[in-house]
Amino acid sequence: MAAQAAPALNLATPPLDERSKHLRRLAVRTLHGGERGHVGSSMSLIEIMRVLYDDVLRYRANEPKWPGRDRMILSKGHGCIAQYVMLAEKGFIPYETLDTFCRRDSILGGHPEAAKIPGVEASTGALGHGLSYGVGMALAARIEKRDTRVIVVMGDGEINEGSVWEAALCAGKHKLNNLTAVIDYNKIQSAGPTCEIQDLEPLLDKWRAFNFAAVDVDGHDVEALREVFNRLPLAADRPSAIICHTVKGKGIAFAENDANWHHKSKIANDVATKLYAALE
Amino acid sequence: MRQTCLNMVYDLAKRDKRVLFIGSDLSPGLLGDMKKEMPERWYMEGITEANVIGMAAGFAMEGYIPYVNTIATFITRRCYEQVAVDLCLHELPVRLIGNGGGLVYAPLGPTHLAIEDIAIMRALPNMTVTAVCDAKEMMRLMNATLEWPNPIYIRLAKGGDPVVSRDENGFAIGKAIPMRRARSRRSIVLMATGVMTTNCLAAADLLAKDGHDVSVVHFHTVKPLDEVAVLEFARDAELVATVEEGTMIGGFGSAVTDVLVEKLGASLPALVRIGLPDAFPHKYGLQEELFEVYGLAPAQIAARVSKSLKVKDKVA
Repeated sequence: MAAQAAPALNLATPPLDERSKHLRRLAVRTLHGGERGHVGSSMSLIEIMRVLYDDVLRYRANEPKWPGRDRMILSKGHGCIAQYVMLAEKGFIPYETLDTFCRRDSILGGHPEAAKIPGVEASTGALGHGLSYGVGMALAARIEKRDTRVIVVMGDGEINEGSVWEAALCAGKHKLNNLTAVIDYNKIQSAGPTCEIQDLEPLLDKWRAFNFAAVDVDGHDVEALREVFNRLPLAADRPSAIICHTVKGKGIAFAENDANWHHKSKIANDVATKLYAALE
Repeated sequence: MRQTCLNMVYDLAKRDKRVLFIGSDLSPGLLGDMKKEMPERWYMEGITEANVIGMAAGFAMEGYIPYVNTIATFITRRCYEQVAVDLCLHELPVRLIGNGGGLVYAPLGPTHLAIEDIAIMRALPNMTVTAVCDAKEMMRLMNATLEWPNPIYIRLAKGGDPVVSRDENGFAIGKAIPMRRARSRRSIVLMATGVMTTNCLAAADLLAKDGHDVSVVHFHTVKPLDEVAVLEFARDAELVATVEEGTMIGGFGSAVTDVLVEKLGASLPALVRIGLPDAFPHKYGLQEELFEVYGLAPAQIAARVSKSLKVKDKVA
């Protein structure tokens, strides 16, 4: 049987604006600093991270553990460059730190570590852990009657993990309206298209069947992302799921939708130059 | 021991608002009073061990001290990566209460026999590994867990185990307890963890009847191991025997052996390790019957030690 293709959202993605290009240039700077990194997986996340940090999350860069902050867990830890870029933009870390990515004594590893990086809630990298952390955090906020919002960002390959669906059952049971699952649905995992490797469709129905209020959104349309995030919770009596339709490698034309750009090593000057040029 | 442990969770929760309970799919009505009194700190989340560990981690990141309970094999094997990453990497004060450590679930077969729980938990950085010998000692351990900063694995025995621990010996995580002291330093030393300490005390009585001078040292904490106690008793011993209800690969005996080899080098005492072989148990019956199958009954421990002494003397 042929693999079922993901339904096409009516995507009329606006062209990347200058801020999105600027953030991608910082991502390239980071990749160049480490001479390696998850290119495709970070580029698909840029607008999601941008809107979260620019418009949605409550935080204090000079007080990363401020109790009143919202909790954002990047469960797809391999997309960390997109978060590192925003942490630099918001003053959690200096821009120069981006250049140390993956270097021996850097605080910025190929996956984020909470004990090292201000503004990172949990160490991630092993997939399928973040949503359960979010369940515990959301229940803790409920006990303490805090209005904390807990947002867990996952990859599409990541949600192959059974533990994600255990956590989804649990979140639905507890009607955690302060918890939001965000899926970076770029439709390509490491080995190839998700529809061939481990098909997720019908994905929206799956989250709804687990008692989430779920919506689709164009994950590169900044206005559309703002609109949906600012509507949270999507329902008063259940957790929310936002399925962001994205493009792997978005913004780097030659890397878009190419599984070979999921992760790249040997990003030396020549490759960095090409990556920068693609963003002109 | 299990009931005492769970009652203590409730007791701790009454004393400290950070304490909460998360079970998987346990007995109906379990900790019913706690559920009634503090429903926001009592959770039963079904057969979702990976999620339960992650959820406990999320709570602990917010300042809570979750006590998680399910069958020992499922709280160790089933969710090993969650235990490693969620709890140990983040150094969170989550307590894992494993029902039926070792051979307790004898009639249920190898899927339910926690033969390597101590070995695999011990291998994880930041993990503390405990196996107390009776219900009274469980109370002391549980009191000590409240302020311990790291994750703790709490191995439960069958329940109704004879009480051999004593209040006057005190209790501190990581501090071994001499249960029986030989007259001289040149003696047989039995080192054990969990209910094997009880069997070792009985074995020591048998050995004493044959004229042997025997110490028994109880290690309710396998990690961090009380190296000072290991060395103090082993340095001049005629023979050291480690006894455990678990695999000998990487378990308690391995931990003791590591210390002895590293610290005593060429002047090692004669050493016997008694525990489970590198195989899944395929017999049923009772825990006590499996003790006999694997040479863990008191008379068998005594006989094995006696035999080792004779072999040692012959070699000498």
